[in-house]
Amino acid sequence: MPVLLSEQRQIQSAEDVVSVRQAVRQRALELGFSLVDQTKVVTAASELARNTLQYGGGGTVLIEGLDQAGRRGLRLTFEDQGPGIADINLAMKDGYTTGGGLGLGLSGARRLSSEFHIDSRPGEGTRVTIVRWR
Amino acid sequence: MERIPILKMGDYLLVTIQVDMHDRLAMTLQDDLTARIVSARAKGVLIDISALEMVDSFMGRMLGDIAGMSRVLDAETVVVGMRPAVAITLVELGLSLTGVHTALNVERGMQLLRSRIDARGREDAGTA
Repeated sequence: MPVLLSEQRQIQSAEDVVSVRQAVRQRALELGFSLVDQTKVVTAASELARNTLQYGGGGTVLIEGLDQAGRRGLRLTFEDQGPGIADINLAMKDGYTTGGGLGLGLSGARRLSSEFHIDSRPGEGTRVTIVRWR
Repeated sequence: MERIPILKMGDYLLVTIQVDMHDRLAMTLQDDLTARIVSARAKGVLIDISALEMVDSFMGRMLGDIAGMSRVLDAETVVVGMRPAVAITLVELGLSLTGVHTALNVERGMQLLRSRIDARGREDAGTA
């Protein structure tokens, strides 16, 4: 699949989470996303960036613009080398949290995305990939 | 240190969030606001979020917490100006802001605050 643009960002602080939101907003705008779609993908990015920081101890996000036979999309890959997730099914449940939050980060980000993929092993880190098509 | 300003107008506190807040800034606002409700003996808090381009679960929780804390401190909270795209996204995210009163704009928000505070006064008078 042709990648139109690609940008990697660090997620090491609360300020970086804001920068990621702004970068994702800018890319979604460039790809011609509607205001509602921009808001959805930015919100999903915010949830996942916070998870990367809070649970993964920091990491990176790769922001890619996709073109599939004229259909534009945004792919975000969040990666950390943190403790990983022991039970992914449990972590995906609404309301489940180990961090004192609302437990809507992962499940909410999945609802806001067209495609969602999570890969995690205890002790090795976590990778979450989402795609939002225009 | 970076802070969101809190304005006092009579019995009310007004907060206009005009920047994309990072999480620590949101927590600072929550602390500042609860302290200010007590020191200013405020009866109502109006939070204008019309400049916010997104509200995620962290900010949603903060708004709910502020509403809950102000309630136990004998003040009412109204959140105003949520953008339609933000509202659509919040609900899809799974957050319905239960317990948070909302109004379309500042003017309606002030009306709602007044009527809620009046109703509370009547209840107190009735039980006294």
